[in-house]
Amino acid sequence: MGKVRKKLRTRAVAAVSVVSALGLVVGCGGSDSGGTGGGKKDGKTTITMGLFGVMGFKETGLLDKYMKEHPDVVIKADVAGDEQTYYTALQTHLAAGSGLKDIQGIEIGRAKELSDTQQDKFVDLAGAPGTDHFLPWKQSQVTTSDKKVIGLGTDIGPMAVCYRKDLFEQAGLPTDREKVAKLWEGDWSKYVAAGKKFKAESKDDKVAFMDSSSGLFNAMIYGNSQQFYDKQGKLIYETNPVVKDAWKLASEAATSDLTAKLRQFQPGWDPGLANSTFASTVCPAWMLAHISEKAGPKNKGKWDVAKAPQGANWGGSFLGVMEKSPVKKEAQELVAWLTAPEQQAYLFKEIGNFPSSQTALEMPEVVDAKSDYFAGAPIGQIFGAAAKEIPDEQVLGRKDGTIKDIFSQGLTLIEAQNKSPNEAWKTTDKRIEKAAG
Amino acid sequence: MAISTSTPPDGAPGTAAPDGSGSGAERRSTLLHRLDVRGAPYAFVAPFFVVFAAFSFYPLVYTSWISLHRVELSTLNVMEWVGFDNYTALWDDDRFWNALLNTFTIGVLSTVPQLMMALGLAHLLNYQLRGSTFFRVAALTPYATSVGAAALVFTMLFERDFGMINWMLSLVGIDNIDFENNKWAAQTAISTIVIWRWTGYNALLYLAAMQAIPRDRYEAAAIDGASRWQQFLKVTVPGIRSTIVFTIVLSTIGATQLFGEPLIFGQGPNGITGGADNQYQTLGLLLYEEGWKNYQMGRAATVAWAMFLLLIVLFVVQRLVKRVLARRA
Repeated sequence: MGKVRKKLRTRAVAAVSVVSALGLVVGCGGSDSGGTGGGKKDGKTTITMGLFGVMGFKETGLLDKYMKEHPDVVIKADVAGDEQTYYTALQTHLAAGSGLKDIQGIEIGRAKELSDTQQDKFVDLAGAPGTDHFLPWKQSQVTTSDKKVIGLGTDIGPMAVCYRKDLFEQAGLPTDREKVAKLWEGDWSKYVAAGKKFKAESKDDKVAFMDSSSGLFNAMIYGNSQQFYDKQGKLIYETNPVVKDAWKLASEAATSDLTAKLRQFQPGWDPGLANSTFASTVCPAWMLAHISEKAGPKNKGKWDVAKAPQGANWGGSFLGVMEKSPVKKEAQELVAWLTAPEQQAYLFKEIGNFPSSQTALEMPEVVDAKSDYFAGAPIGQIFGAAAKEIPDEQVLGRKDGTIKDIFSQGLTLIEAQNKSPNEAWKTTDKRIEKAAG
Repeated sequence: MAISTSTPPDGAPGTAAPDGSGSGAERRSTLLHRLDVRGAPYAFVAPFFVVFAAFSFYPLVYTSWISLHRVELSTLNVMEWVGFDNYTALWDDDRFWNALLNTFTIGVLSTVPQLMMALGLAHLLNYQLRGSTFFRVAALTPYATSVGAAALVFTMLFERDFGMINWMLSLVGIDNIDFENNKWAAQTAISTIVIWRWTGYNALLYLAAMQAIPRDRYEAAAIDGASRWQQFLKVTVPGIRSTIVFTIVLSTIGATQLFGEPLIFGQGPNGITGGADNQYQTLGLLLYEEGWKNYQMGRAATVAWAMFLLLIVLFVVQRLVKRVLARRA
């Protein structure tokens, strides 16, 4: 009998090992192909969100508010700090068809690529109830060629210049925001000229006039309706005079030693804000939250906001709902609520993300908004006026986000690696060809 | 177990039916038994091969298939046949040669000091000393840290304006070094992360080998008047030669695949491209840039295959060197 038992055991062990080996293989292929993390269970609806940067929904307690109003809803939001990392993961998840959330944030630089290549994976939000209040150009950025809308707008990025009053004062520049705006009214090259004056007069040679030349570059190109691509989707950055001018002026700032040689949103930039290593930065409305958070309470009131030489739109995001989501309807409701005028106005008041909703733009909370942190600057007025200068049509391209990064790196070559602007342009050109060709 | 049951079945009284009508059943049981004896060993080793096929062999074949196509990450189902174009393009690409050279220089910068230090550390740990277990565990702790955590901390230490290393250098009057943007400074910084993580691990490998060296050799050497240093050179090092070769192979493979440290060191877009001027882009990073920044999976797969071939070349070279050395000895 002992022998039989032993045989059975051998067989059982063999069977288990084969089954478990197969299980390993099958487990990888099969299990994860449907869901998005959310679902309904025990009368509770779970909605998952993938967000990046400071979109504000989680930070200002809007999600908590929604959950309080809808006790049967649980929202789980994942916030990635860096958009590049976030988008890479999103692309991988879209390609694999797994690991997605019910709601995914979409940055403007990726809007064209997603609406061109991934529209089937997003729920069409065109004509969803209560979503007719957006700025027309904002909505058109996520509308596909056959009129499908893959996301709803959160904020837009009208721009101004954030500056340090105390540092301007020690360099003999005006500090009053009206006079500061006069310094560079109508022309970005006057901003660079002001920087040269700052550098010459500054008592502290450790303080640079601006943080990075790429901020200036972005501000200049986004004031035009065409940037890297034309309407037909052809790359035109090489010949577009706007890009050429922006490159020229940004590299002039870089070679004149006016920048702190930092990279925005990368390490070194945040401590630069906290330790005052630069006196100004081009700031879209959504950047105010970042500055006030990283520069910290000790710099409160030292920062101020002045009108930029030219209006432009830098950034702004969208929220899309995934077609695969088992809680599509609930997710759509949440997205509509989060992007409704009241919430947009609230977010602007809390962290400065500027509304993309026409209705919200006219609400007194927005128009009369002032920022305590930025020395009581009337940010509602300043950014509101800047928003009106944003071109009505903005041509987006598939690789906008990537090309923007490549240009930033090109400027870093000049700024921190002492390459000539010519050489840096050639490298940039070659890289764009590799990335977008 | 299979061996213990491999004697031919002797009627198997426990399973055969007693009334004589069970010849069919008996045959079936014999067949099952044979299958058991022959099959069980294969079943036992099956998990490895199944896992290998799924996670190594299939990806290898699929990667080579992809590398012959132009295909984007977001639209993996749309593939355009390009033959060996990706390979010729890679051969003509400055970035590839730059990445290859960087992989080599960072590899040397990290492997050589690392193994030297590990050898020294193992030698010290091999002495009879109080609390030796504590020191051995302590040597292994960096290895247990995740790449991400280690790289992040070192990135902060090497930061240009407010990093601790620049602060210490400023105490002795050295100006701030822009570690990230200076090619050699960046590569040294990255190598430091690798060295910090792997020295203790290699030291323990050496220590294990050292403890296998018979004590009497040292005693004989001591009687002959050899100093500690001479003992180390003449007894210890020859005694652990095969372990040294093993760690060199291991470190070389590790260096070829270097990825996490430079990626995190650069942070954001600069991490992916290995610095604004690709000054510390390794082959692993180039693969990542092609695949997950440019979304060109065909070109990324080509880099992967180039890395694979490179490892084979390295392996062959290592065998040749070993053979030549063996012949000379």
